[in-house]
Amino acid sequence: MYKYTQEQLDSMKKVEATRQERLNNLFARMSADEKQKVLKENHPDYIDSAYEELKVGPNKGGKVLHELADLLQGRSRVLDMDIDLTKIDYDVDVLVIGGGGSGSCAAIEADNAGAKVMMVTKLRIGDANTMMAEGGIQAADKPNDSPAIHYLDAFGGGHFAAKPELLYKLVNDAPDCIKWLNELGVMFDKDKDGTMITTHGGGTSRKRMHACKDYSGAEIMRTLRDEVLNRGIPVVDFTSAIELIKDVEGKVAGAVLLNMETKEVKIARAKTVVIATGGAGRLHYQGFPTSNHYGATADGLVLGYRAGAKLLYADTLQYHPTGVAEPTQIFGALVTEKVRSLGAQLVNKDGKAFVYSLETRDVTASSIIRECRQRDNGIKTTDGEGVWLDTPMIEMIGGEGTIEKRIPAMLRMFGKYGIDIRKDPILVYPTLHYQNGGLDISADGMTTNVPNLFVAGEAVGGIHGRNRLMGNSLLDIIVFGRNAGKSVGKVYKNVELKELTLDHVKAFDAELKDAGLNPTKLSPQLLPNYTKQKNI
Amino acid sequence: MEKMVNIFLFGKKYEVPASLTIMTAMEYAGYQLVRGCGCRNGFCGACATIYRIKGDKELKACLACQTQVEDNMYVATLPFFPLVKQVYDIEKVTPSQQIMMQLYPEIYACIGCYACTKSCTQDLNVMQYIAYAQRGDFEKCAEESFDCVMCGVCSSRCPAGISHPQVAELSRRIYGKYIAPETQHLLDRVKEIEDGKYVELIETLMNKPIEELKELYNNREIEK
Repeated sequence: MYKYTQEQLDSMKKVEATRQERLNNLFARMSADEKQKVLKENHPDYIDSAYEELKVGPNKGGKVLHELADLLQGRSRVLDMDIDLTKIDYDVDVLVIGGGGSGSCAAIEADNAGAKVMMVTKLRIGDANTMMAEGGIQAADKPNDSPAIHYLDAFGGGHFAAKPELLYKLVNDAPDCIKWLNELGVMFDKDKDGTMITTHGGGTSRKRMHACKDYSGAEIMRTLRDEVLNRGIPVVDFTSAIELIKDVEGKVAGAVLLNMETKEVKIARAKTVVIATGGAGRLHYQGFPTSNHYGATADGLVLGYRAGAKLLYADTLQYHPTGVAEPTQIFGALVTEKVRSLGAQLVNKDGKAFVYSLETRDVTASSIIRECRQRDNGIKTTDGEGVWLDTPMIEMIGGEGTIEKRIPAMLRMFGKYGIDIRKDPILVYPTLHYQNGGLDISADGMTTNVPNLFVAGEAVGGIHGRNRLMGNSLLDIIVFGRNAGKSVGKVYKNVELKELTLDHVKAFDAELKDAGLNPTKLSPQLLPNYTKQKNI
Repeated sequence: MEKMVNIFLFGKKYEVPASLTIMTAMEYAGYQLVRGCGCRNGFCGACATIYRIKGDKELKACLACQTQVEDNMYVATLPFFPLVKQVYDIEKVTPSQQIMMQLYPEIYACIGCYACTKSCTQDLNVMQYIAYAQRGDFEKCAEESFDCVMCGVCSSRCPAGISHPQVAELSRRIYGKYIAPETQHLLDRVKEIEDGKYVELIETLMNKPIEELKELYNNREIEK
């Protein structure tokens, strides 16, 4: 059971004392200039010393975080292996790398198109960030809303940097994806007459956040997993892809696979490959804790980059405003934005609100960092500092029972440590949450410069721009997962593979040496190493 | 000085900080996890674990990532359990009791021992949702089982060999697809999009200069 410090208890009393008054007087939204200022001064994306220039590859000269640079310019695992590309273990039309939401959607749609599909995942199908998405999924399906309004919200929220053709697809396909999920049996929160119960997310101008309590991603993921299994699509689990294979014409042609337990290497030949490997939270950029799953180590970016695919916005990350700051056992875990959608405010040590609760995520996170670091208004915690998220307000607004009904996972997560979020506020601090950038694709899902290499989900860059709104990621894995699956379902029929090769890997290694780099760190990383460490 | 406790991982004793979870304690002890670790946040069910506190008769179950260590805790992880998942076509099933009898007849062999409910890592009333499934009450089974992370501990304790999480999954999909009320505004919007109603609207936006878009964005009307 968690025991608050005296300082925390004293501060909590101040939060209680101001609650009623704060409920009646909402904190004002920031102007565009104020947002720019708080971002520049506080957002981790603006800390120059955390970045370095890439010396080789398609983005040579571009900047990425040190942790990612080490992997993109790391040593390929296949260089130290004896690999026989004439011994094919798996021969398929479509190889999907990754067992999360986008990979599953791609597999299902490719299966619909009649392709022979195989999924490979280094953990199990469903051990993915999709499973942990709590808050919801956006779609403009209410009468007062439209895909055009959704477009403007997302484009502005991403600082006008999204690739327009990708964002168009995201918003325009959104309602159909909700319908598709509903028809697969996903249980959305609905009123008795079938109307979707929708709320705001940070930066939305209409209430278009659809949810399945606060198990939105879990409900979607377990349904997709069930569907993949019903279709008999083979899922090779506990097996990572450690390098892409090409044919002598330069088309992508499969992957070298590694059994995570036995270390056995297998060769998969494939007419098309979909990278659906997700994000990078487990790289702990700039020392941040993360809300991501255990396998989020940017493997797909490394594989794609070595094969010649370009990265877009790889320098921009999302730090979710509300990661758990206390208790230490769940440090960094996600406190869904839905908590703020339902009315909880962010409050400093003196019980004062300091930001409108539903600014976009980057602005809100930056405001919390400012409150703690610049203004010294944070509350000390076991692992650092944090601010209050005033959860009892939710029941003052929505009535008794709202928390149990709408955010049961949050109630449970804190309940295990003796904290009742209906009665007491909780301590939060930004946590590394999402990779805004990734591999550059066109609207059909294919990388812009490696034939037959497709990407879906968090590994894609450019859909959202330089920041992402809540609920647009669950949406993007469905839209772009299905989209990639449909595309490969057409493309594979006209692919004729030639002799397989890993020459591109050797060429990349030679480039590294020419640039004076002689890396010893193996990449992709596959899993973090937490042995001999404490709560992570 | 940090408080330490003794735990027993697969019977072997390790001294670890008392503040750790079972999962981080295993890592602290030196295990590089491959199995039995997924989301690390209590949603994926990969880290099902059984334990007993020395001297205590009761065998307990939990998720390793969500449970703090205790002194004299004997821990065995359950990284895999052979659940039975029946294959079916969601387009062809009918929302009737027949489907349960056909796919998961073993649920009718439940002896009411309560072991599933007692062992649930999410504190769900598992036996109750199986009872709903027996009756073909998919709505109640879906609601009661909604927070299930499919870790499989319940099934490992079941003398009747029931794969509870899979029974619940089937119920939820049937409820979501066939029984939950249809959403008219969704169907209407999908039809409008198919008819191309928004193409021009979005394309006009896409072709505007950034400065104009900024103006529109900063002054857009926000629903209360």
